[in-house]
Amino acid sequence: MYLEIITPDSTIYTGEVNLIQFPGYDGSFEVLNNHAPLISVLKAGKIKVKDNNDQLQYFEINGGVVEVLKNTVLVLAE
Amino acid sequence: MSNLKEVRLRIESIKSTQQITSAMKLVAASKLRKSQNAILTLRPYASKLNGLIQDISASLEESDEIVYAEKRDPEKVLLVIITSNRGLCGAFNSNVIKLARFLIYDNYMQQYEKGNLSLYCIGKKGYDYFKRHKYNILETNLKIFDNLSFENVAPIAVQLMQDYKEKKFDRIEIIYNQFKNASSQILINEQFLPIQPHEPDQDEDTLSGVDYIFEPKKEQIVRELIPKSLKIQLYKAILDSFASEHGARMTAMHMATDNAQELLKELRLSYNKARQASITNEIIEIVSGSIALIG
Repeated sequence: MYLEIITPDSTIYTGEVNLIQFPGYDGSFEVLNNHAPLISVLKAGKIKVKDNNDQLQYFEINGGVVEVLKNTVLVLAE
Repeated sequence: MSNLKEVRLRIESIKSTQQITSAMKLVAASKLRKSQNAILTLRPYASKLNGLIQDISASLEESDEIVYAEKRDPEKVLLVIITSNRGLCGAFNSNVIKLARFLIYDNYMQQYEKGNLSLYCIGKKGYDYFKRHKYNILETNLKIFDNLSFENVAPIAVQLMQDYKEKKFDRIEIIYNQFKNASSQILINEQFLPIQPHEPDQDEDTLSGVDYIFEPKKEQIVRELIPKSLKIQLYKAILDSFASEHGARMTAMHMATDNAQELLKELRLSYNKARQASITNEIIEIVSGSIALIG
């Protein structure tokens, strides 16, 4: 699935990924390929991203929103 | 001939002025590129966030009392005035100041007379003006442009929201230059608080029709998103103004350089004319002298 993480100052990640783990408002959750449409609020924490080569990457965020639609994940981080 | 020397001195001084203006133009152009990128990356973020909020709040049956949307009679008004810290950028600052004054005298005369109108000045130029004219200045922030980032702007928005919540102000408006392109800015007067319900945009794709999972509940999401969007709104206004400032300065300096070029051309012409006249005079003197000797 396609992931895009943007902050007000810059775009910090774009690309194809296999797995994303979010620090959700009510606890952490993961999004895999072909997830159902979802809108959720994130709290401060780390986003874990596993890309197509199984490489792990972490992004520190200070809260944000995530929208999952048609295998595209858009994260408006802060 | 003294005239010749005077003209030469003027040419020298105009040349050095031109060097300064063209250097300033180049500096402004490079800063413009940077600040333009910043605002252009923020815009999709802001519109996406606003789109989300609108769609979710539209799908809420009963929009429960969100503090920031509560309308009150505008007894106490705060105007946030965004100008630049430095001058030499054409009518950039005076436009903002003019609009602010216009607004005060047109809409908020009553509040102004009662002393219920406060100003929050971001940028030195606006602060200087309104201080000189003894307006009620709540606070100023002159350092924001030194290190412009979301982390620095967010606390201002938080403070404004807090003030609104505590009913220190009933209405907060922002006045700034919106960045259109390098050579033109649009003067904007935007209501910050209370939040105005937006008319749905036609060109924005709406979420209706897609069955989203909301996590947590919609109400909760809206409550979380509104402060975020307000922060973004203020940040956007400041970035817009910053990019506009550099655009305006670049245009102003470009004009100044062109004008200097024009002036130099005229001066060189009159310098050369004067020089030729003096040479002709000398030749006439020599020739007439030698004729007198022969004669």
